[in-house]
Amino acid sequence: MTPTVTDQELMGRGTRDGARLFREWFARLSTSAERGDPAAYVFVMGSLAEVLRSFDLRIVFPEINSLQTAVRKVSDEYLSLAEDHGFSPDVCGYVKADYALQIRRGQHPMGRIPPPSVAVLTNACNTYLKWAEIWERMYDVPIVTVDVPGTRGPGAAGVASAQDFERDRKYVEHQIRELIAVLEDVTGTPFDIDRCREVLRHTNEMGRSWRRVLELNRGTPAVFDSMLEGTIYLGVANALRGTPEGARYFEDLVEEMEAKRLAGVSPLIDHSEEHRLIFVGVPCYPIFRRFYQLFSEWGGVFVGSTYLWFASGGLNIDFEYDLSRPIESLAEGVVLGVRKAVDSMLFQDDAIIEAIDSFDADGVVYHPVKSCRTVSTGLADSRRVVLENRDVLCLYIESDMMDKRVVSEAQLKNRIDAFFEGLQSRKLRLSGAKPAKAATSGAASGPPSGATKRGGG
Amino acid sequence: MSYAAGVDVGSTQTKAIIVDEDGAIVGRSLLPTGANVVAAAEHAFATALADRGLSEDEVGFVIGTGYGRYRVEFGDTQITEIVCHARGAAAMFPDTETVLDMGGQDTKAIRIKKGGDVLDFCMNDKCAAGTGRFLQSAAAALEMELADLGPTALKGQRPVKISTTCTVFAESEVLSWLARGKRIEDILLGVHESIASRSFALLRRVGIQGEITFTGGVTRNEAMVAVMNQILEAEMNVSEESHYMGALGAALFALERIHKGREPLRPREEVSA
Repeated sequence: MTPTVTDQELMGRGTRDGARLFREWFARLSTSAERGDPAAYVFVMGSLAEVLRSFDLRIVFPEINSLQTAVRKVSDEYLSLAEDHGFSPDVCGYVKADYALQIRRGQHPMGRIPPPSVAVLTNACNTYLKWAEIWERMYDVPIVTVDVPGTRGPGAAGVASAQDFERDRKYVEHQIRELIAVLEDVTGTPFDIDRCREVLRHTNEMGRSWRRVLELNRGTPAVFDSMLEGTIYLGVANALRGTPEGARYFEDLVEEMEAKRLAGVSPLIDHSEEHRLIFVGVPCYPIFRRFYQLFSEWGGVFVGSTYLWFASGGLNIDFEYDLSRPIESLAEGVVLGVRKAVDSMLFQDDAIIEAIDSFDADGVVYHPVKSCRTVSTGLADSRRVVLENRDVLCLYIESDMMDKRVVSEAQLKNRIDAFFEGLQSRKLRLSGAKPAKAATSGAASGPPSGATKRGGG
Repeated sequence: MSYAAGVDVGSTQTKAIIVDEDGAIVGRSLLPTGANVVAAAEHAFATALADRGLSEDEVGFVIGTGYGRYRVEFGDTQITEIVCHARGAAAMFPDTETVLDMGGQDTKAIRIKKGGDVLDFCMNDKCAAGTGRFLQSAAAALEMELADLGPTALKGQRPVKISTTCTVFAESEVLSWLARGKRIEDILLGVHESIASRSFALLRRVGIQGEITFTGGVTRNEAMVAVMNQILEAEMNVSEESHYMGALGAALFALERIHKGREPLRPREEVSA
C-alpha cells in the first residue's frame, strides 16, 4: 500500500520530534546552568527521575551528555583532558568525558550543563558508585546511593519468593523515603505526593507506548532500526521520563509505527530489508552513522537491541506503577527495573534466544566495547550459547562507545562484510539454490594441483 | 575457454590465481604488496596471466579479496578473504569443516559447512601477536631470514615461555632471552608456541570440528605446522597452495559467476576516510 500524503508527513516524525525535543532539553539545561538553578544528576539504569521530577529539579543524565560528545565527534577532546588529569585509558569513557565536562565548567557541544546540586544513583552499574564520588569531591553535594538487592541469577527478577521480594522492595522503599528527605533539604520544598503521582502516571503512559513500539518491530519489514532510530527514541524515553511531553511523544510514535506497519514501510531508504538482526551491546557512537551504514547497506535491519532493554530505565518490562500507593510501587518498579537491566546485560542468553524467535531474526551482532566491561563481559559465552541453540549467524565485533582511538573501521567493515556474505550464502542455500558446479569442481574432479596432506615437523 | 581470476591483496603479500573452466589452477603469482596497493594488484594479475601466457580478455570474471580488495580496480566485484579462504579450503580439501588462516597481520579461525559456506569466524583484534607479524619481529631481533625461522625452531628442545602479548615488545623479549643465554632454537620454538596458543584459542571460540585446513602465508613455516598439529592433536591439511587459498577461493567464486550468471555480490565502497 502506498502511503497517503498524511502518512508521508507521519513518516519520520519520531526522529524529527526526538531531535527537536533533545535540542530543547539541552537548551533548558543551558538556561538552568546560566541561572544557577539546582540540578539533579541521575543515571539511566535504575533511574529515579520520578522522585526528582516531583521536586521540579532540572534533571541531568551524565551518560547522555557523554555519549553526545561522541556523536558530535568531540569526545576525544574530553577524553584527552581527563587523561591529562591522570585518568587511565582503561577507565569508562562516559566517566572521563563527564569529568572533563565538569572541568570545562559544563561546556558541551549541545549547550551548557549545570553542575549537580544532588546526585542519585543505584548499584545497577558498579562504575556509578565511583563516578558519583567525583562529584562529591568536586562540589561537596549530597550523593544518594540506592542499594538494590540483586538476585545473582538469570531471569530471577520475578522468580524470587514473594516474601523475599517484598523484603527487598521494602528495603528500597525505605531508601527512597530517605532520598525524599534529602531532596526536601536540597530544594527547601516539601514532597508533594500528588505531583509524584502525576509524574508516575506519565511514566506509565510512556512505558505502555514504549513496549508497543518495541513490539511493532516484530513484523516484517521492521518499522524502525533499533540502533539508529531506536537510540533516538531511547534518549527521549530517558530525558523526558515522567513528563507530559514524553508521554505525548511516545503516543505519537506509536501512531507513526502503526501507520508504518500498515503501509509496510521499512526504515531502510535505499535497500530492501534482507536480513533481520538483533544487536547486543552499546552502539559505536564515535562513528554512529557510519556504523549503522555498515549494516544497512547490506539490507541489514536491527529489529531488536538489548540496549533498548537495559538502558530504558525499566520501561521495557511489563510493569506499571500503582498510583494508589506511589512510593511503595516506585520501589517495586526500581527493584524490577534494575534487576531486569542487569539480567539484560549479564544473563541475556534466554532473552536473546527469545528475541531471535519472536522477531524472526537471522543474525545476532555482539558489540563488546572497551569502555564498559559491565555490558561486554560474557558476550563471547552468550554468542556460543546462542549458536548452540539457534540456527543463526553471529558476528562478534569490538570497538568502543566513546573512544575513537580503538575504533578501527577497516577491521569492522571486513568482519561485517564477511558476516553478510555468510548470511547471503546461507539464504541462497535455504532457498534451494545450489552452488555452481565450478565452485566445487575441485572436489568433484579432484582437487586443484598441489593438494597434499602433510604432517608437521 | 573462459578463465576466472582471484586477486588477494593482503597486508604483506598480493597473490593472484587464475583457474580454467574446471577450476584447475593454471596461473599464479605472489608479490610483496608494498605501498602502492593498486599497482600491486595489477602487477600480480599481469604476472599470473603471463604465467600461462593468457591475455586479460580471456578472463571472464575477476574477484578481489583481502584488505586491499577495493583497490583491485579491474575486478568485477569483491568478497572478503574470510569467505574466500573458506571456499578455497573446501575446494582443496572437501572434508574441511574448520579453517585456520594465518597471515601477515591477521589470524582467522573459520567454521564452515562442507562445501565452504561460512558458519562462524573469529579473528585477532587490535593486536598482531598471534600472526605472521610476530614471526617477522622475532626474525628482526635475531637478524635472521624469515624462511630460516621454521627449520631453526624445529631443532628446539626446551622452548622458552614468551610471555609478551605485544608484537612490538616481542623483539625486546627475544633479546632478553638471548641475554640470559637461551639457545636461539629454543627461543624460536617458544615464539612459535606463543603464536600457536593464541591461534588455538581462536579456533576454540568457533569450535573445532572435522578436518582442519591451514591456510595463509605462515603455512610455509614447517615449525608452525608442527606446533599447531601438536596442540590440536590432529594433522591439519596443508598444501603447497595454502598460501594462495584466499586468491583460489576468489577465483572459484569468479568461476561460479561465469557459469551461473548469478548476480555478483553488491560492490561495496571503500571505508570512509
